[in-house]
Amino acid sequence: MRTHKQPCRLDTGGSSIQRGKPLRFSFDGKSYTGFEGDTLASALLANGKHLVGRSFKYHRPRGILTASSEEPNALVELRKGAFREPNTRATTIELFEGLVAKSQNRFPSLAFDVLSVNQLFSRFMGAGFYYKTFMWPSSFWEPVYEKFIRRAAGLGRAATLPDPDRYEHAHHHCDVLVIGGGAAGLAAALSAGRSGARVILAEETPRLGGSLSRTDIIDGAPADEWVRNTRRALEALPETQIKTRFCVFGYYDNNIFAAIERVGDHLAATPKHLPRQRLHTIRARKVIFATGALERPVVFDNNDIPGVMLSSAVRCYVDRFAVAPGKSVAIATNNDDAYHTAFALLDAGINIPVLADARLAPSALSERARQLGIRVQHAMLPQCAHGSHRVTALSLQRTDGAFAERVRCDCIGVSGGYSPNVSLISQRGERPRWREDILAFVPETNKTEDIGCAGACHGVFDLNACLQDGFDMGERTAKELGFDVDTQTAPSAPSQEAGAIHPLWRCPGNGKAFVDFQNDVTADDIHLANREGYSSVEHLKRYTTLGMATDQGRTSNVNGLAILALAQGKSIPEVGTTRYRPPAVPVAIGAFAGHERGKNFQPVRRTAMHACHEKFGAVFVEAGQWMRPRYYPELGENMEAAIWREAKLVRENVGVCDVSTLGKIELFGEDAAEFLNRLYINGWSKLPVGKARYGLMLREDGAVFDDGTTSRLGNNHFLMTTTTANAAAVLAHMEKYAQTVWRDLDVHFCSATEQWCGVSVAGPLARETLKAVFKGAVDLSNEALPFMGVREFVWNGTTARIFRISFSGELAYEVNVPWGYGEAMWERIMDAGRAFNIIPYGTEALGVLRIEKGHVAGSELDGRTTATDMGLGSMLSSKKQFIGLPLSRREGMTSPKRPSLVGVKPVKPKQRLRGGAHFVTDIAKKGKIESLGWISSVADSPAVGCWIGLGYIQGGHTRIGEKVTAWYPMKNEMIEVEICDPVFVDPKGERLHG
Amino acid sequence: MRYSVFSLLSQGLRGNTGWKPAWRQPAPKNQYDIIIIGGGGHGLATAYYLAKLHKRASIAVLEKGWIGGGNVGRNTTIIRSNYMLPPNTHFYEHSLKLWEGLEQDLNFNAMVSQRGVLNLFHSDPQRDAFARRGNAMRLAGVDAELLDAKQVKQLIPVIDIDNARFPIEGGLFQPRGGTVRHDAVAWGYARGADALGVDIIQNCEVTGLDIEGGSVHGVHTTRGDIRAERVGIAVAGHTSVLAQMAGIELPVESHVLQAFVSEGIKPMLDTVVTFGAGHFYVSQSDKGGLVFGGDLDRYNSYAQRGNLPTAQNVLTEAVAVLPAVARLRLLRQWGGIMDMSYDGSPFICKTPVKGLYLNGGWCYGGFKATPASGWCFAHTIANDKAHDLNAHFTIDRFERGHVIDEKGAGPFPWAQ
Amino acid sequence: MHRIKCPFCGERDESEYIYQGDASVSHPPFDASIGDFYRYVYVRDNPKGWHREWWHHVGGCRMWVQVARNTLTHEIYATAPAGGVLDFPEDA
Repeated sequence: MRTHKQPCRLDTGGSSIQRGKPLRFSFDGKSYTGFEGDTLASALLANGKHLVGRSFKYHRPRGILTASSEEPNALVELRKGAFREPNTRATTIELFEGLVAKSQNRFPSLAFDVLSVNQLFSRFMGAGFYYKTFMWPSSFWEPVYEKFIRRAAGLGRAATLPDPDRYEHAHHHCDVLVIGGGAAGLAAALSAGRSGARVILAEETPRLGGSLSRTDIIDGAPADEWVRNTRRALEALPETQIKTRFCVFGYYDNNIFAAIERVGDHLAATPKHLPRQRLHTIRARKVIFATGALERPVVFDNNDIPGVMLSSAVRCYVDRFAVAPGKSVAIATNNDDAYHTAFALLDAGINIPVLADARLAPSALSERARQLGIRVQHAMLPQCAHGSHRVTALSLQRTDGAFAERVRCDCIGVSGGYSPNVSLISQRGERPRWREDILAFVPETNKTEDIGCAGACHGVFDLNACLQDGFDMGERTAKELGFDVDTQTAPSAPSQEAGAIHPLWRCPGNGKAFVDFQNDVTADDIHLANREGYSSVEHLKRYTTLGMATDQGRTSNVNGLAILALAQGKSIPEVGTTRYRPPAVPVAIGAFAGHERGKNFQPVRRTAMHACHEKFGAVFVEAGQWMRPRYYPELGENMEAAIWREAKLVRENVGVCDVSTLGKIELFGEDAAEFLNRLYINGWSKLPVGKARYGLMLREDGAVFDDGTTSRLGNNHFLMTTTTANAAAVLAHMEKYAQTVWRDLDVHFCSATEQWCGVSVAGPLARETLKAVFKGAVDLSNEALPFMGVREFVWNGTTARIFRISFSGELAYEVNVPWGYGEAMWERIMDAGRAFNIIPYGTEALGVLRIEKGHVAGSELDGRTTATDMGLGSMLSSKKQFIGLPLSRREGMTSPKRPSLVGVKPVKPKQRLRGGAHFVTDIAKKGKIESLGWISSVADSPAVGCWIGLGYIQGGHTRIGEKVTAWYPMKNEMIEVEICDPVFVDPKGERLHG
Repeated sequence: MRYSVFSLLSQGLRGNTGWKPAWRQPAPKNQYDIIIIGGGGHGLATAYYLAKLHKRASIAVLEKGWIGGGNVGRNTTIIRSNYMLPPNTHFYEHSLKLWEGLEQDLNFNAMVSQRGVLNLFHSDPQRDAFARRGNAMRLAGVDAELLDAKQVKQLIPVIDIDNARFPIEGGLFQPRGGTVRHDAVAWGYARGADALGVDIIQNCEVTGLDIEGGSVHGVHTTRGDIRAERVGIAVAGHTSVLAQMAGIELPVESHVLQAFVSEGIKPMLDTVVTFGAGHFYVSQSDKGGLVFGGDLDRYNSYAQRGNLPTAQNVLTEAVAVLPAVARLRLLRQWGGIMDMSYDGSPFICKTPVKGLYLNGGWCYGGFKATPASGWCFAHTIANDKAHDLNAHFTIDRFERGHVIDEKGAGPFPWAQ
Repeated sequence: MHRIKCPFCGERDESEYIYQGDASVSHPPFDASIGDFYRYVYVRDNPKGWHREWWHHVGGCRMWVQVARNTLTHEIYATAPAGGVLDFPEDA
């Protein structure tokens, strides 16, 4: 295949790349070649591409700063179309064949970005400038200023189509979670794992080894070899798991961790059987943090030009990826670590024009460097980087600020020291502790026993010490859990004398010295914020946006607060840190949703008769999670026509409706009746066996909670029904009282909602229909089964229950059979009913019928209404106490001003009523118009011949006969209506008792 | 020192060294006329209006940490007045009107952005319930519109209409609702109050109240005792802690509410959207991040952090409403301490202790209420009497049965 | 997340439970005053620290469980069944 030359790829070396597998990729429309094992960043650098982005505010040219997920600059739009992922760090993208990426936040191109003109106005665009302007004229704010601000905000563009990838969830329990697969983490996993404890080793990147370098020696062999051997040893332990591409990002109460695993991101396309990513929840008995440390940039003028990189990143690109980040690489440091970068560059044959060491005195390391021919300058600081799209030179200054020399270079490796990566461990809330000797924050672990740290993440920087530390920690942790530890020796490395670190927070200068690269926050901004009184570290962050970029401050926080401390004359620990929050690295939101997307957002509950409804052409509606038939349109019918026909035919002949979703609770016990007495406002002790009663229950505060029909099936056996919506809440309510308040009552109960399915058979021909269905299995005569009667009987070998109750006001029966027999029951009823012209009816027609009868339902129970408001005050028993009674007597709950239930119909019969309209009078009055109440339910009533409704109005039934206006301002509708009795059909109830 | 493009230019030319502190850092005096406990949005707004409208000269705001460190800096920045029950409708509308003039009033750009708030509904009964609310708003002179599904999709192209588990039927829209840069509100009120002579004392925690003979005479703090004959409590999540110092019983529980922000992206959502088949709301900030919130974790908490199950639920709802969001990354999640009252509505009232006033119980309504809360609380303290707008927000409304329960959820603080 | 030891089922995630609030308030006898019921239903200590509360194990045995939990640190000290004795740390 056609490959391109990689001008900055070294001929040899590169432990991560496979030279035999070239890969083609495109960046900003141009084709390049890299190797398997490259990241997008290393591949771009191999091709000499340093300019990869533009900064947020000033649109300054930016290059790759790091080799890790902390990368603040090299953010690209990865992939296209629905797969497009903005703000993806080039340093974490594993290269694959055909990869497509684009730079962000620039127009029309990276090289020529129109908004880089912002740099000219940078002195007017310092931190917080937008709080001081854009206020005049105020009419310009939204249409002009804000539009522009919003368009300039954000970095990449989100995809507009739904994400086609899948995400999964997984769960783990383990004894020891080791977070970080570097030297310390591997050592800890080894010693803990050998004890037989269940260990999970979690490593964010694809490879183990962390910051171990090419030249490190462990147990006498190169570090890479030790890593390979350790991996094999861990894989041989049956209770140990190694997880790579697995980033633990969230630390929650009780050692619960969340991690994101990148399963398919490194592939050109995720195979169909795999998710793109997995979200893992890990419950760990103990945890060992081995999250390492992050190198800090150095703050000096123009330190953001492409080509300025962290020295450890330079080393990483040279050693692991065989990339020369420049032909002439200057180094500026305040600590020992950058010397190893110099040695790596030397080995690769790359010129080092100068190694500027801020420390005053030479050390063993600087002597070694000098002997190798590296030009080391002590007491030397960077002053200013030069160049625009690529660094071309570095000016150096002495510690007193005096200019020293200008050095030509095309890359600068900077090292400001190492900050232990405390962001995950600090999520629990303990602020980290400052250690002046290493100029770093370390985790505060004194207060808790279940967490431990190993290695650089708590300030142990020497390799040998890290290995020992990790090993010891693993052993100690396993012992604490009760595992036997076989005493083995820790892996070891040649010890190195720890060099000192010299504080270097802001190199003297008057130009733009960047602290937070992505958000363009400079040292001057910090001084400005302090000057203006935003002097706490949290104010600093929020005012300047320092630390609010996608790296959450991992490259900027310590430098920023150190500069603030200097400005205030305080110590760094006095200034403190901002609060650490999950996720430690940003995580795709889809991963949290997992499978629960689209139609799987919530479960679908179907009744046993669902297939029957489908067969009859039902149109379904969501009732909570349930699917219920809304109406059954016949050929050519629209919804309104179908509902009207169904309601009419039920009152004329007979109809059948699936009511299985109603909550059902069976109660048993000698005190079951007494329990019901306390739950409901009305009485149950005297209810005979074989009878049902409508019940209303209140909340403890006296408002209506739920209603239903409860039947007595035996002396100590009741069946309660609840509304569909409140079934779970009523059960929990009952459990509360039975378990925690009236523990002495002999009552027990459970949900039976899904054990029994039910239909309502209603209409003048209901009895005849059911006679034909049951064929004598139960006596349906009015004497044997009067209104509100209940019978259990055997039907075709199974138990059935029949309740003569009516929501519709017609002669009606509810029949329950065990859930699995639902279809069979429906079919028997439809078969037998054919002779009587039976029709199925849905929830809408059910609603019309009950509104015609003035029965309240969910729309009337708005959570504020009382029994009296609903016209059911007479049900309130005066002979017993019940839940809600005391507080229902509060003055506000009994006020005569409260709206109460009425019926309503339009004065002009053809006019349509709407739920949500308000009752008003005196419209002509100026000023605020008072609402007297509202319409809660409406129906186009075949029985009445016009629209009718139920509602609440101040004065309630005293207004019957009065005309008021039903006003629906949002549709500009005013309908004159008459207040009437809520029972529109058969007020004497003759049909019920027939 | 006035903020304007001119001051930006002239200071910029001078190297930005001339900017003055936005507020002083005075040491507390021994005595003030009025002490406001709580340096959040409500406390600072109260002090501002006391100084500006009621011409009080001796006022201190005592803040235990740094100003704006509580809920004003943690919320999801939404402002709206789409409430149904008259005491709430009028109160929040007064607040919205104050928001509309705030920047000019404070000379601080809080980025009040009124790009609309849309409450989605998914069924006819829900539509009717929302209509009852929208029509009530219109009756009170507040803007409200009922949109159908097609109009919703036009307003928000990235919303999921087709593949939704709970199809969207429409939405209740308040065009004048929107978002505000929350930190700027605290800073703007602080600067404004400070300029009018209010002493803002940070790092000063009130440890006790000096109450004798049924009246308050001052406070004990970590920076000494301070006398005052009028003390206003505006401490949100810590309302019970302060109330107990005065022996006052309250129907309040403190719960954790989590909030979330994504990485910054170019504009994709102009309006604030709330979900009707779950408790979820989302908007896009001027910095580009999508800001989400949802339900409480549900347990009492002062920890300002929540747990994974709730975070997962909220983010799952985000994907249900805006499926394209699945590929965006969550940047940060945090939590605040919500003072949940037992009916979802606040307290702005006198207390049984003479000279001691209470502002709290804000539930989800705190941020949007900031200007009206400060305005009403200032009136109440200055006149020793509630204004009509906060006359219903009393402590005793619960015992008297005059709860103001917007949701009808009942006496369960986690359901408000 | 909270891990709550159900006395009947063992240690479980918080998501198996529904939180049901302050367990230190007791239902008054029915003939108590409106004031007593007001305090039972509405008034809460809302402590910043140790809290006696109910968690209802709906995803398991459906029993109401008393929990001694610290509202500031989220530490759970002990659990007990309804009617049982709930332990608190000595300094609570």
